Amino acid sequence: MKETMIIAGFGGQGVLSMGKILAYSAIMQDFEVTWMPSYGPEMRGGTANVTVIVSDKKISSPIANLYDTVIVLNQQSMDKFESKVRPGGVLIYDTNGIINPPTRTDIEIYTIDAAEECARMGQAKMFNTMILGGYLKVKPIVKLENVMAGLKKSLPERAWRFLPQNEAAILHGAEIIKRRQVTTTVFPPPMWLGLVE
Amino acid sequence: MAEKDVRLMKGNEVIAYAAVHCGCDGYFGYPITPQSEVMETLMELRPWESTGMVVLQAESEIASINMVYGGAATGKKIMTSSSSPGVSLMSEGLSYIAACELPCLVVNCQRGGPGLGTIQPSQGDYLQACKGGGHGDYHLIVLAPSSVQEMYDFVGLSFDLAFKHRNPVMLLADGAIGQMMEKVVFSEQQPRLTDEQVAEQQKAWAATGKGQRANSNVVTSLYLNPEQLEMLNNRLQEKYSRIKAEETRYEEFMCDDAEYVLVAFGSSARICSAVVEQAREEGIKLGLLRPITLWPFPAKPLQDMAERGVKGFMSVEMNAGQMVEDVRMAVEGKAAVEHYGRTGGVIFTPDEVLEALKNNLIK
Repeated sequence: MKETMIIAGFGGQGVLSMGKILAYSAIMQDFEVTWMPSYGPEMRGGTANVTVIVSDKKISSPIANLYDTVIVLNQQSMDKFESKVRPGGVLIYDTNGIINPPTRTDIEIYTIDAAEECARMGQAKMFNTMILGGYLKVKPIVKLENVMAGLKKSLPERAWRFLPQNEAAILHGAEIIKRRQVTTTVFPPPMWLGLVE
Repeated sequence: MAEKDVRLMKGNEVIAYAAVHCGCDGYFGYPITPQSEVMETLMELRPWESTGMVVLQAESEIASINMVYGGAATGKKIMTSSSSPGVSLMSEGLSYIAACELPCLVVNCQRGGPGLGTIQPSQGDYLQACKGGGHGDYHLIVLAPSSVQEMYDFVGLSFDLAFKHRNPVMLLADGAIGQMMEKVVFSEQQPRLTDEQVAEQQKAWAATGKGQRANSNVVTSLYLNPEQLEMLNNRLQEKYSRIKAEETRYEEFMCDDAEYVLVAFGSSARICSAVVEQAREEGIKLGLLRPITLWPFPAKPLQDMAERGVKGFMSVEMNAGQMVEDVRMAVEGKAAVEHYGRTGGVIFTPDEVLEALKNNLIK
């Protein structure tokens, strides 16, 4: 088993933390893992991404050519990473703020309205774990109990009281993620092409 | 569910843990991205309350290397860490420390240069680390870790080598290894040596107070008599020959039947091991030689490979071509030697390296 993924969005959305939770979860299940952040000037409002590789063997390169899964949380990241999904791979995105949806037809595309759902529930901080829940529904590489153990490991003790809410968010994320319908290429009506009066 | 004792940490963080665990006596540093987590983690660990290790933020890199100089002169286990521009500021001090034959550890978590450059990873300080930086005929022992575990393990190893040869050691990492998180296994806590143990073990040279000894130990790099300074230089050169003979370290990956060999260190070596796997799938007989010590450089295995009939070598570095000079010297024109690199903080992908190999070497 080897899963190479990138999570990309705005700083402040919990992108790096989400990768960290997944990395810890994978370790709980005795997998090898690398967590490689974009670091530096990225801060709240800027772009941030993290590459996480989970494998049952020693991981050679922490840098990937293409990704098995790309999770995109803003338009800039969509523009940058849609082309980096390997053919047959998975692209997951939150529809909030996406003006130009992905157009590739050789990959599986999933949408999750986590931003909207978190706003409705008044739980903005559960955004990243909700996305994580959606991802794990599509790619159940780690068991929920290991995710919860990983979450606990990645959080400081003072934040452990939020564990139940995060578990609920993970479960809810798994419910609301949707496979985008495969759109067969639709030719425009002939009159648009000026072929028919 | 019972929690397993596993740790997932950044390379920079484990440097701090390793320092405490190996019984380091003092850390003096000044923050700079991408290595700031070293001192940050040390401050969180508060080792002055457990092992008694001193952790001090100096007012500059120049101050921190001179604090290292002073601390090391007393025979203690002393270290600092910085990133490229900060290490440039330390170069004068490193030359003095090497001249005085003092053991210490300097971690360089390299970033893109020249100048203030960028905070993204680079390997642009290879020549500075291996061929000088400071003035005069001196060498640092330079180790290049390529995983978070090695970042941890090489701290203790660096101190062992530093004290064995009474020579400063540089751990040459980069922003990628420093910022990346991987699994790490810790070693047992080593006790710090007591003042009495240090005075006894380093009595031949350390400035620990004369006590009952017949002679005072003087730590200096100033020799106004040319013959005396030449004697020091001769002694240093003998020591460097000994280090070359005893401490050269490297790792080979799929080199036995290789027709082409990549040479890469640190995070580049990790990427190159994936390149080897990819190339083998395509039927290209590719191997990887990873120098673990950059100085002394593992010239012999490369020489042997060239004589055995390896057709070509490609030195893959995150710089404009630095280690490639050492590869060329080792190969002595017996096989083609090319370089592939990216600069400015850009990290290459395995695909890019494989394509460069095909375009530049295999043809």
